[in-house]
Amino acid sequence: MTHPIIHMQDIKKHFGNVIALNGVTFDVTAGECHCLLGDNGAGKSTFIKTMSGVHKPTSGEILFEGKPLSFSSPRDAMEAGIATVFQDLAMIPLMSVTRNFFMGREPTKGRGLAKRFDLNAANDICMEEMRKMGINLRAPDQAVGTLSGGERQTVAIARAVYFGAKVLILDEPTSALGVRQTSNVLSTIARVRAQGVGVVFISHNVRHAMAVGDRFTVLNRGQTLGTARKGEITSAELQDLMAGGQELATLDTSLGDTI
Amino acid sequence: MSDSVQIQTDERIGAESFGAKLMKRPELGAVAGLVLVLVFFLITADRSMFTLAGVINFMTPAAQLGILAIGASLLMIGGEFDLSIGSMVAFSGLFFAAATVTMGLPLIVAIPLTFVFSAAVGAVNGAIVIRSGLPSFIVTLAFLFILRGLSLVGLKLATGGSTQLRGVRDVVETDWLAPVFSGDAFTGVFAMLARNGLIETFKSGAPKVPGLPVEILWFAALALVATYVLLRTPAGNWIFASGGDANAASNSGVPVKAVKISLFMLTACCAALVAIITVMDAGSTDARRGFQKEFEAIIASVIGGCLLTGGYGSAIGAFFGAIIFGMVVIGLTYTGIDQDWFQVFLGGMLLLAVLFNNAIRKRVTGER
Ligand SMILES: Nc1ncnc2c1ncn2[C@@H]1O[C@H](COP(=O)(O)OP(=O)(O)O)[C@@H](O)[C@H]1O
Ligand SMILES: [Mg+2]
Repeated sequence: MTHPIIHMQDIKKHFGNVIALNGVTFDVTAGECHCLLGDNGAGKSTFIKTMSGVHKPTSGEILFEGKPLSFSSPRDAMEAGIATVFQDLAMIPLMSVTRNFFMGREPTKGRGLAKRFDLNAANDICMEEMRKMGINLRAPDQAVGTLSGGERQTVAIARAVYFGAKVLILDEPTSALGVRQTSNVLSTIARVRAQGVGVVFISHNVRHAMAVGDRFTVLNRGQTLGTARKGEITSAELQDLMAGGQELATLDTSLGDTI
Repeated sequence: MSDSVQIQTDERIGAESFGAKLMKRPELGAVAGLVLVLVFFLITADRSMFTLAGVINFMTPAAQLGILAIGASLLMIGGEFDLSIGSMVAFSGLFFAAATVTMGLPLIVAIPLTFVFSAAVGAVNGAIVIRSGLPSFIVTLAFLFILRGLSLVGLKLATGGSTQLRGVRDVVETDWLAPVFSGDAFTGVFAMLARNGLIETFKSGAPKVPGLPVEILWFAALALVATYVLLRTPAGNWIFASGGDANAASNSGVPVKAVKISLFMLTACCAALVAIITVMDAGSTDARRGFQKEFEAIIASVIGGCLLTGGYGSAIGAFFGAIIFGMVVIGLTYTGIDQDWFQVFLGGMLLLAVLFNNAIRKRVTGER
């Protein structure tokens, strides 16, 4: 097995007296898609935020390419090649699509005092990346606030894909997407993975996870319930694990296969 | 590349009209306001308001306010306020006067020292806001009083009991750096224009306006640089992002804290620049210098299209906002209107601007 790009060992995170994570171990290797599943409030978002430099873990160790590392800001994580689509998307409605796309990582031209934001190049890249995701923007200077929820989510994904050199983290990226956009995102994950990027994919939807995942880790109340490889587990078993075991079994009969 | 994009455009997307594009500019309101005020005074004011002397007469206070307003607008776009700008003018004015008169430093030392000192005070302001997470409104309100009080106390210490420190003109008059921060620029050009009868002259043949007051040059230069930084540099993008949503910006890798603290330092430096210019001009400094300028600067920024909630606005808008302000203050003296209408006028403009900006914001964000 190849070395993991990033390895998170026994991560704990407390917010005051709230224990959001209680010892989570997780890793992702190059060219794999590792799905993180779990119910609402399980700690998935908190966990990936420790991975992308937003939160400092209360305890635990982060190994990046085998070396211990501590990100002191999201910028550090980004510079290491980790890009994240946050659940809240981290988009600014008043700013244009291009300005959002390159926020914090603006391409420049010129040197010294003449160094400036290369807006033309940024606009072109942004339009192109959005087109790859199946969205034709009206104009790159359109404010993000005027986009639909799905379009906004797509901009966030396109941005992370563009900047995710080593690790791409997606926190429930398909929640606001229609059928066509969802399949676009899933095939984008497959494409990025084929390029050797490690993908961390958080989803509620077991079918989406099964479609692209290589490994599956289920999180419950801040702890991992275990990790399984593709083929070792069925979607029904995953579904059960996510709900914490028993409850879903009784629901199953009445709901049939609606979930 | 752009061709292929155009071919692929969606059939549901209509071409954007020129009007719609215009509506997206944050400074639109300020330009419209300027035209309105201009028309108003063209009708009501004495013709002399729009002679060269008259224009310089309202542009000088506009420039002094505008320098503050540009700093305030950048800070406001970055999502913060500084209510201590006015007091900062007094405080850095005191520092500057003490450096030149009491300590006898040459301008080449005193001026950079004044900027460094003011920037440090701005950094303290900013650091408290950032560290505490308190609204900048309340933190800088505290500094409004602290700095004003320190200016009074400091003046008394420096002068042995007086609230005015005199003698600045005498010590800086001969300094080679003085023309950059005081007096008029292009006096040669103005004299030449006067000789050729192109501008008004006194009976003696000397031009009525000897030159362009330096603060107008500083004001224009600052507006241009600030606009360039905002629209064409990564730092500008960070300012918009920090004010638009600090959390989203930080998660996207924008160094939000550094951006905001730098902006506090910048506004303090703008206050220092105004202090240096006006103290050299007056030849003295007193504790009332810059009184209530913080409100005027914020009003000019809002008239210029800045949103009070941050993330939107422009420096060129603040430029126009300050000119509107100067025109209204000075312009009323050229009319038969009672000057005390000034505050009514100003409040009305502010209210209009806020309503207008709010409508624009809803349009931009697609909110209904
Ligand atoms: N900043 C925070 N402060 C306090 N509690 C938090 C914070 N962030 C998350 N939590 C708590 O941590 C738990 C896990 O949240 P989260 O990671 O968002 O779950 P998930 O993404 O799996 O739905 C929740 O109980 C939530 O209330
Ligand atoms: Mg979540």
